[in-house]
Amino acid sequence: MNAPENPQAILLAGLDGDNTWGIEHYVKRGGYSALRKILESGMTPEQIIAEVKKSDLRGRGGAGFPTGLKWSFMPRQFPMDKYVVCNSDEGEPGTFKDRDLLRYNPHLVIEGMAIAGYVMGCGRGYNYIHGEIFSLYQRFEEALAEARAAGFLGKNILGKGFDFDLFAHHGWGAYICGEETALLESIEGKKGQPRFKPPFPASHGLYGKPTTINNTETFAAIPWIINNGGEAFQALGKPNNGGTKIFSVSGHVNRPGVYEIPLGAPFSALLEMCGGMRGGRKLKAVIPGGSSAPVLPGDIMMDCTMDYDSISKAGSMLGSGAVIVMDETTCMVKSLERLSYFYHEESCGQCTPCREGTGWLYRMVHRIEHGQGRPDDLDTLDNVASNIAGRTICALGDAAAFPVKSFIKHFRSEFEYHVEHKRCLVPVDVQREGSRIYVEQAC
Amino acid sequence: MTFSLNEASRAAIDREVAKYPEGQAISAVMAGLRIAQEQNGWLTPEAIEAVATHLNIPPMAAMEVATFYNMYDVKPVGRWKITVCTNLPCALSGGEQAAEYVKEKLGIGFNETTADGRFTLKEGECMGVCGDAPAIIVNNTRLCSWMSREKIDALLDELK
Repeated sequence: MNAPENPQAILLAGLDGDNTWGIEHYVKRGGYSALRKILESGMTPEQIIAEVKKSDLRGRGGAGFPTGLKWSFMPRQFPMDKYVVCNSDEGEPGTFKDRDLLRYNPHLVIEGMAIAGYVMGCGRGYNYIHGEIFSLYQRFEEALAEARAAGFLGKNILGKGFDFDLFAHHGWGAYICGEETALLESIEGKKGQPRFKPPFPASHGLYGKPTTINNTETFAAIPWIINNGGEAFQALGKPNNGGTKIFSVSGHVNRPGVYEIPLGAPFSALLEMCGGMRGGRKLKAVIPGGSSAPVLPGDIMMDCTMDYDSISKAGSMLGSGAVIVMDETTCMVKSLERLSYFYHEESCGQCTPCREGTGWLYRMVHRIEHGQGRPDDLDTLDNVASNIAGRTICALGDAAAFPVKSFIKHFRSEFEYHVEHKRCLVPVDVQREGSRIYVEQAC
Repeated sequence: MTFSLNEASRAAIDREVAKYPEGQAISAVMAGLRIAQEQNGWLTPEAIEAVATHLNIPPMAAMEVATFYNMYDVKPVGRWKITVCTNLPCALSGGEQAAEYVKEKLGIGFNETTADGRFTLKEGECMGVCGDAPAIIVNNTRLCSWMSREKIDALLDELK
């Protein structure tokens, strides 16, 4: 990974792959000093929340909600069962950033969660780790055992009377569990079907108790904010977009991977870090924030900076920072077909518009891709997508609709070509050549 | 077909139960089903019921979970379950070609098992390792990254 030689990194700084994840190395890097500082100086939860608010840290899981504000919703002064939950159910196509935090720097997440536990008066936390990379779950369990043995978790942490314990829970192959209330249902041992909100988790969460759920990377940013101050974190990024962000870049670039850069850095700089476009080909389109984010044409993307506000202004969203890069060999119809299949497959089946609508979307894009599209299909697609978005309990419905609407909006002529000529504008052998990867990485 | 959880599985499930508040043993059902699947190769109705009995929850509650999450196998699978991700980010980096190559080598399609019961092939949804494409997961827990034809050859040879 590129992190060790990346001077802009703070979350992935000073790491040497699989060799330095353990507690001994973490403490050597200054780890657990933020937790120590809080407990030894007697910093109050209110002071910490104020610091997090100053940092302009926004939720890294996709919604970009201000973390300090979210924390302030918790009834922190009431002594009762409350929970801190970490969402490491990273299954949105294109997203693989939390994997590097969990395999290379798991104690950073543990420290961030322990601080959150202190702030909100929670005695217990869970980290929900997606099942597909089982080794991450195993490593996190090992890291938890190390932290307990060293006195950073458990009863009377650092002798300061603070009790907090943390456990790992694994998923087993359900994208929907990345939705926070589905995730809670899943920890409770049920099908991962989202809950209606309100009530929000801050009042009625895990086991019906007040719960705060944040993304892995959000928790990981907390120790740095405590050690260096909210203002310093904010200054790393730009106003309203504090800090660095880990981007996971996939698709047609020379070096797909994980890159931590300051929010507000130009997209072109990120592309350069990835070694540019594979085979020097032309950029056609980018999905800037995971498969649920609207696609943007390459030229619009080249003018964007990588932060919540710039990407939102361009008509998409930064989401989880999952950047899917597509070059001129990409067939947009085929790409949308694959994404639509994904949402159809992963719909939990609870709400009719999503359960039925995602099937409609997939079948229509499938028939267009396979030369059986009808001229009015594009309008029907748009109509079905509009009738899903906003009409479901959770955001999976919107997530299925956004790609359809944006692909047709920006690449309508390509869809029309498919309908009219019953084949793709980009010859199939060119598409295949474009997706050919010259595997060089050792593993 | 009778099934009972062996001692190691029971101990592993009990360690999971201990993570949750008192009275919430049901939270360990996901891990319990995973452990039973590892013991038996796939989840027979009897295996699902054994997990439910061990956790003292209704069998239907365990069945709901087993049939909701994709990585539980509620139908027989081969000794080695090969899951290839073909989702968009992987497809842009050879995921589909890797799947085609595995199909060609094994002579089966997705959701099929070889006649000798050695391999089952599955199409994967996002595994969260898009930068490692083409990616393959073997028996749910072993992730294989950057799977070139040579590496697929070596992997399939190794899995007897």
